Order: sequence, then structure tokens, then C-alpha cells
Amino acid sequence: MHLDLTDRQWLWCAAGFYAAGFVLGTASTIRGGRVRGLPIYGTILAGYILQFIGLGIRGHATGGCPLGNPFEIFQFTAWSAISLYLVIGVTFRSSVLGYFTSCLGAALTILSLSIPAWDAVRRTHIFGGNPWIELHAALAIFSYGVFGLLALTSTLFLFRHFSLKSKRLGGWFSFLPSILDLDHIEVRLLGAGAALLTLALAFGSVYFTRDTPNVGHFKLAATVAVWAVATVAFGLRISGRLLSKRFAWTCLALFAAALLSLGAVDESRHPVERPPSGRAAP
Amino acid sequence: MSEACLFVLGATHHSAPVEVREKLAVESESALRGELASVAGLRELAVLNTCNRVEFYGVAANESAVESVQAVYCARQKFEVGQFESIRIRLTGREAALHLFEVASGLDSQLVGENEIFGQVKDAYAAAQASGSTGAVLNRLFQKAFQAAKHVRTNTGISSGRVSVANVAVDLAANIFGNLADVKVLVLGTGEIGEGTAKAFKSRGAEDLAVSGRRIERASEVAGGLGAGTVRFEEIDSHLASYDVIVCSTAAPTTIVSAAAISAAMRRRPARPLLLIDLALPRDVEAAAADLQNVFLYNLDDLARIAESNRMAREAEIARCRELLSHRATGLWEHVQRHLSSGSNGTSDPHGPGI
Repeated sequence: MHLDLTDRQWLWCAAGFYAAGFVLGTASTIRGGRVRGLPIYGTILAGYILQFIGLGIRGHATGGCPLGNPFEIFQFTAWSAISLYLVIGVTFRSSVLGYFTSCLGAALTILSLSIPAWDAVRRTHIFGGNPWIELHAALAIFSYGVFGLLALTSTLFLFRHFSLKSKRLGGWFSFLPSILDLDHIEVRLLGAGAALLTLALAFGSVYFTRDTPNVGHFKLAATVAVWAVATVAFGLRISGRLLSKRFAWTCLALFAAALLSLGAVDESRHPVERPPSGRAAP
Repeated sequence: MSEACLFVLGATHHSAPVEVREKLAVESESALRGELASVAGLRELAVLNTCNRVEFYGVAANESAVESVQAVYCARQKFEVGQFESIRIRLTGREAALHLFEVASGLDSQLVGENEIFGQVKDAYAAAQASGSTGAVLNRLFQKAFQAAKHVRTNTGISSGRVSVANVAVDLAANIFGNLADVKVLVLGTGEIGEGTAKAFKSRGAEDLAVSGRRIERASEVAGGLGAGTVRFEEIDSHLASYDVIVCSTAAPTTIVSAAAISAAMRRRPARPLLLIDLALPRDVEAAAADLQNVFLYNLDDLARIAESNRMAREAEIARCRELLSHRATGLWEHVQRHLSSGSNGTSDPHGPGI
């Protein structure tokens, strides 16, 4: 059987699965039962595979990592976050994290699919035929996906903190992981995200030093600012000076900053063309 | 009851107070089972014998077989049949199946939603199987009861939340630290409530416990029973930073753990949370400690409120659970009824030999 779907159709299917995971978790919560991990994990995994196919078709058509416009960047960010969840979700057996991840995946993918203008044009030759620049871009956006998952974990941390301080432990709060586990996940995710972004900037700096006039200074400033927040926050957390709620809020702010910086990243590129209508190879 | 039927006969905490249940408790199940094996028309049998209930689940060819079970049991326990009939539970058919479903699910327990009964029902079934007293009907009934109980526990809130203060305290620690194996617990005070809470921690995996009290001999005695260490009462403040959970239950007239001492301890362990469980009246921990970062302070009222709210939440789930179980019991009963009507269960002679 051969499905002749376009890349966007595959990505819509993926978004549908992510949304289904969210609906599944919400329905369990409303019914008063436990948010069950396996069905949500399976739903997210199915969405992830479909998204992988969609992005693969787009990447094949564009001849590189699909990061040429806001649509592709949001899709890649969601895909990165889900990739990490599929590893972390098993380790921590956190069905609530799966529930929130499906929410994030659905939000990012549906948002990007629902705004046609984001995919009306795409930058061409964004990597200039240079695989190091492509690696730089892929790593940077992957680190943003890590920050997305970090933001989710931080949200769970804040919910758990609120439940413990306000002494409300029943209902939905009873499904949250322990506050110490959430804190450990936050630290690891921030460390991983900061390391990936550091690597991305290291690869990018080689290009920057060789071709300074073609590097957007606004983009550079925005990316370095995100990197600085991530590394400083990580340093402060490790040294015990940024803890608990303040650390969680900083992680949320970091993801917000990362999303905002995407505008600057995309604006710095030239030139533009219509995106290819990618289809699976026959 | 003119044809073979599934039945349950017994007495539970609902109608039999503890002094009566003491008399009804079966000491040697195998001996009783041996006596019941000779009851004519009794085709299958399983005995559920716990501190809150003695119940006989069986398949009988006729009503007199059930009466005989009752007579044999009462004679063995030296319990008056008339008194037993005034407190007994006796159900047949679908109602008997539904009853077992509710028992296995913890709906019929004294502490609604408790999990221990599930294991006890499993043990009762295993013992019956081992003695060869189960057949097609009871095998199916118990298997379906286990499935139903698992379904209800997974899909409803009947078992969620603890309902005793000590267990609520341990749950709280799990909400903060996750795995309790690496959690260090210090118990201040050597009273019953502190000791009970320490035991609850130990039973849930906490291995590093210490006890402190004004009388070091008493503290050593309690610590010995728990396999815990001791801390000198006068040196508590200097040890606070070493523990993750501090359970306070002294009879001191004023606070013994100040917010300043907690604050100083937290400076030595800023990234690791501290749970303070204050079970004392008057309170042992200064209330201002609750405002410190990474410190979670719960007093007796807080824990009692959580336990009560858990109990109410469980009871609110009973109706939903009953509906789920009723549906399953009906399905099972239709199947069992066909089986019994077809006469495929053992002998067709109602007065034939027992199991």
C-alpha cells in the first residue's frame, strides 16, 4: 500500500495524534481516573513517526534539514521535544509528562500548520551548501526542543510545589511526579540544552568568523542571549544559588526567550522562494 | 433454590462486632475444609477467612447443602446457629458474584479501597485450588473477580490517597522525594504516634532512620525496635541538615525546632527539600518555618484533613465502582447460569457426594 500524501498532510496526521494524546489524558482526568502512561506514550510515538515521515519528505525535497521558515522551525522544535520525551518518558515513567508533551506537540504543530503565511515562502540555500552550518542550525533548534520539554517539566514542578505548599494533594495533583524527581529532570534538561546550544554556537562561530558580513547581528545577539541565559541559569543552579520556584520560572522564561528569538533567526535569512510541495518518493 | 447455584455464606464486620468475629475466626481452614468436603451436594468451595470476615463461596446442588455448610461451620466454631443467622450474609447467584467482586475491590472493606483484601482473596482462592475444591464455576468467578478488582482500582479513585495519618505522612514524603530508600528520617519524640509514623516509613522502604528523645534510654529502646540510630536531644539543631524528613511528636510545652534553626540547616543543603511533620500538640516546630524555601511543614491538622479528604474521595467513588462491578457481575452470571443449567458442573445427583 502506498500513501500518496504531501509532507503537510503527514504533518497534519502527526498533529492529530499529538492532539489525541492530549484528549486521551484530559478525558482520563475528567473521569477521575489515572492518566495512563502507555496509551499516551503510544499515541505520541505514532505522531512522532508520522512527523518524522513528513519532515523527511520536506527535507528530501529541500535537500537539507527543513529549517527554512517559521513553519519548519516550529515543526522541528516540536519533533526535537518529542524525541527527548520518548527517552525521558520511559526513564521516569511519568504519564503526566507525556500528557503535557502531547499538549506541547499538538500546540506547536497545529499552530504552525494553521498559519499558511509561515509556510508561504522559505529561505533557500540557508546553509550555503555547508554541512557545518546545517549541523549548527539543527543542533540549535534541537536545543530549543529540549528547552520546550524543560518548560513543561518546570510547569509540572510549579504545580507540584503549589500543591505541597498549599497542602492540596488529591485529585489531579496526585498524578504528578515527586518534586525532587522533577528538579533532577529540570537540571539534566537544562544541562543538555545548554550543551547542545553551546555546540551549535561553536559550529556557527566558525562560519561567522569566515563570513561575518552575511551573519545577521540581530540573530546573533538573540541566539547568544538565549545561550547566556541557559548557561548562567545552569551555573547558578549547580552552585545552589538558583533553586526551586525561581529556577522553574527561569526555565520557563528561557523557553519563551528561545521562541521569541526564532523571529530574529528567520529574519536574518535570504533569499526566499515558495516551499516545495513534497511528496513521498514513489 | 431448586437447581445448582452459586452462593456465599458468612459474616463480616458490617454485622458482626470484633468480639463476635473473634469467635467466628477459623483457626484451621484445612481441617474445616476437610469436614465440609463430606457435605452432600456441595460441589465447589472456597473459604475467605480474614480479621474482618469469614465467607464461604461455593456451588451447591440444593439449598440443604448450604444449610449443611452453615451447620458444620457453627458446630465447629461452637457458635449458636440462631445467632449466626441473625448476623450472617447469605447471597446466591448474581448477587453472590457481585459480592465477591466488591470484596476483592475493597468496596466492602472496613477501610474502603484498601489493597490488602485483594491479596487475601487471592490466597483464599489459591488454598481452595490447592485442596481441589474449586471447579469451573469458582475458577471463573475468582478470575473475573480479580480482573474486576484490577479494573476498578485502575479506573476509579477507590484506592487513591491514604486514610491514616502515618501513611499520609509517608505519601507526602514520596511526593517530595520520590523513592524513599535514600531518604533520611529523624523522629523527635518517643511516643506511640511518632513510632507508628517511623514504622510506616520503614515499611515503605526508608532505611536510614534515627530517633531522638529527652530520655535517651527510651529513645534507644524505640530505635532498637526500628533498627534505627539515636541522636542526642540536646544536639538536634546541629543534626537538622542531615535529615530529609523530621517527624516531631514530643510532649514539649513549647516549640523545640525554631525557624532560625531550620533556616540555618537549609543553608547547608539548599537544593534538597526538607519535610517537617509536626504531630505534636502543642506544636514542636515554629510555624514560620513553612515560609522557608524548599521547606514543607505539615502539622497534625493538615495530615488529618488530607486523610479525611482521601476517605471522602474514596467513598464518593463507591457508587461508580458498584455500577462498573454490577455490569461485570451480570455478564459473568449469565455465563455461569448457562453452565449450571447445562448440568456440566459435577454430578447431577443433588444428594450425591460432596467435593
